[in-house]
Amino acid sequence: MNLDIWTGILLASAAVYSWKIIGFLLPSSVLNKPVVSRSAALLTVALLSALLGIQGFTSDTQFTLDARLPALAVGAILLWLRAPFIVMVAAAAATAALIRLLLG
Amino acid sequence: MARSAVVSTSLGVGLATGLYGVSFGALSVAAGLDVWQTQVLSLLMFSGGSQFAFIGIIAASGLGSVAVGAAVVSAWLLGIRNGFYAVRMAPILQRVGLQKLIPALLTIDESTAVATAQVNPSEQRKGFWLTGLAVFVFWNLATLLGAFLGDAIGDPGTWGLDAAAAAAFLGLIWPRLKERQSLAVAAFSMVIAVVLTPLLPAGVPVLVAGGVAIVFGISNWLAVRPK
Repeated sequence: MNLDIWTGILLASAAVYSWKIIGFLLPSSVLNKPVVSRSAALLTVALLSALLGIQGFTSDTQFTLDARLPALAVGAILLWLRAPFIVMVAAAAATAALIRLLLG
Repeated sequence: MARSAVVSTSLGVGLATGLYGVSFGALSVAAGLDVWQTQVLSLLMFSGGSQFAFIGIIAASGLGSVAVGAAVVSAWLLGIRNGFYAVRMAPILQRVGLQKLIPALLTIDESTAVATAQVNPSEQRKGFWLTGLAVFVFWNLATLLGAFLGDAIGDPGTWGLDAAAAAAFLGLIWPRLKERQSLAVAAFSMVIAVVLTPLLPAGVPVLVAGGVAIVFGISNWLAVRPK
């Protein structure tokens, strides 16, 4: 089966929407169980952390440490200082860009 | 909260959230999607975490069937929290039948947060609609701007856009790391994903990390016991 990008985009959009509409249709007792809400919250943390790991520390499927590490450190400091999301992301990009420019 | 306060909160949240749609647009184009594909994600998927996950997997893994499939599943699983928001919003909005379709699209972190911060039901409804619509408009305009910028600047690495993508995930995780259990899940998931990346098809390690979360969720391992 060939799954092209447009099919993927439409499929994923429908899939994300499905949660929203399910929440409007289901009786609240189903989703209000502690084990369900806890697992859902942890699932969000796990998926985002896995994506952070891959986006931050791999290149061509191999573990890689490069300018992204100091960029993330700058991002973490700004988050700790409660900087807005866009400022933090821009500062991380600038850090990596600057390091690459200086070190070639 | 006074009438005008709901309006200004909603618009402020919409504008601030919309702004980082610029980073989504630029990163999506850097990941290999075109301007149209990027814009359709913001129009139809309309959930930041799921959108960043989708393009993150495409950026790391390419446009093959397995990668696209993993991107779809990851985006879907990251959308689950919107279902919980919808459960909270349903009794407030009191929509029946097809009237639920549009508010469902607008049910996201920000609209739910502003709505549930209000006291009386009419203010809650106003907060939901104004915030949802404001975020939708600004997020989509910003996506378009970001996508054109991303298209114009060439090699994403030179501008640190790969680091920006990683930082975006860090920013999305940050407010969720409140106690030991979520910190442990975050650390464990990150290590597992990096270790499994050379071994499994692209995108699959992210889903394995999701499985770890379910194990933690069901067993409630490392939870802080109530005193």
